[in-house]
Amino acid sequence: MNNLKIFLNGLIKENPTFVMLLGMCPTLGTTTSAINGMGMGLATAFVLICSNVVIAALKNLIPDKVHIPVYIVIIATFVTIIQMCIEAYMPALYESLGLFIPLIVVNCIVLGRAEAFAAKNNVWSSFLDGAGSGLGFTFGLTLLGLVRELLGTGKAFSLTLFPENYGILIFVLAPGAFLALGYLIAIFNKLNTKQ
Amino acid sequence: MKRLESNLLNMVLVLTISALFAAGALAGVYMLTEEPIRLAKENKKQEALKVVLPEFTCLSEPEIVNDLVVVKAYNNDEFVGAAVESSAVGFSGEIKLIVGFDAEGKIVNYSVLEQYETPGLGTKIVDWFKTDKNRQNICGLNPSQVNFTVDKDGGDIDAITASTISSRAFLAAVQAAYQAYANNPDYVDSYSGASAQADVLPCDTDSLQTTVLPDSIDKKF
Repeated sequence: MNNLKIFLNGLIKENPTFVMLLGMCPTLGTTTSAINGMGMGLATAFVLICSNVVIAALKNLIPDKVHIPVYIVIIATFVTIIQMCIEAYMPALYESLGLFIPLIVVNCIVLGRAEAFAAKNNVWSSFLDGAGSGLGFTFGLTLLGLVRELLGTGKAFSLTLFPENYGILIFVLAPGAFLALGYLIAIFNKLNTKQ
Repeated sequence: MKRLESNLLNMVLVLTISALFAAGALAGVYMLTEEPIRLAKENKKQEALKVVLPEFTCLSEPEIVNDLVVVKAYNNDEFVGAAVESSAVGFSGEIKLIVGFDAEGKIVNYSVLEQYETPGLGTKIVDWFKTDKNRQNICGLNPSQVNFTVDKDGGDIDAITASTISSRAFLAAVQAAYQAYANNPDYVDSYSGASAQADVLPCDTDSLQTTVLPDSIDKKF
């Protein structure tokens, strides 16, 4: 596999949100606005890239029988680091994401990529794989957030496009998350199978 | 390089070392971010105080009145008002807010510090009650001089459309803040004389002190 292919694999062909349907909890929970979805996606991407690189670098030093606990320690460390940084430098984002940041530890995409890719490949490919999946996740969350924000409140990235009164409020609420995600998955798969 | 064998020594060593490294990295980042986190929280509160209080030069130490935190503001030794942190249980979770009163007990402004209301509906409490429209603006009102409940309950304040529970909780929190402000002994002193005291204190103080909405109200919905 060449480098571009590895990167695009996570971004499009095995997009975590639209194709693999992984990490649905933060996907549905944090995408009330485009900026929240993007923040959550980027935080996850950071953890994904860092843990993939570290695990690929240390894979031969980790005995098989304890590899899961060691991976979790590595992942949890990066999650806590990003959590403290967001709290310190982006308090507004920290407030709106709240509990979902520590929950990145148990996001199945992160451990999934570590197990399925980083444990078998070199550091550079693992970096690309993490970046691809991470940005794919960010893309999915941002798009879903954008659709929900636009339909629900008439705004896109907090810029008003049409008056809030004409918004379909349900899209900001939980049921709207499922509706919007369902349609986005359908559209994405339609486009994806054509290629 | 071959993968390390899974014997006891290796496993214990690897787990211990990785945990130590993780702890070290976290301690480092913690030390780096401790100060900014503290500053960010402090800033938020300071900003809120500036927004809700009339112009002031110094603040008193926070004190507890009716279980609520009251900070008094002075402009060159003259008492100009006080900010009260209050809370109430809203539609989902606690609404925490800070309300500022001037020396006459009128609401100057408020700022919602924490809320988990329904996005697009209850979250409007952040701006709704300071927007000058119909009867929804509470700024400039003295809670003891108007009927400080939502219009649906026969009050003088317009509730947020489709968010009556959040609106009730919000007004209850402001009302509780006012109680704390009015019960504050210094406020009575600095307010022009004891005779005014009776006018300022609302008559039915008992029913208003609770910040949690009674069950009966919730069950209607």
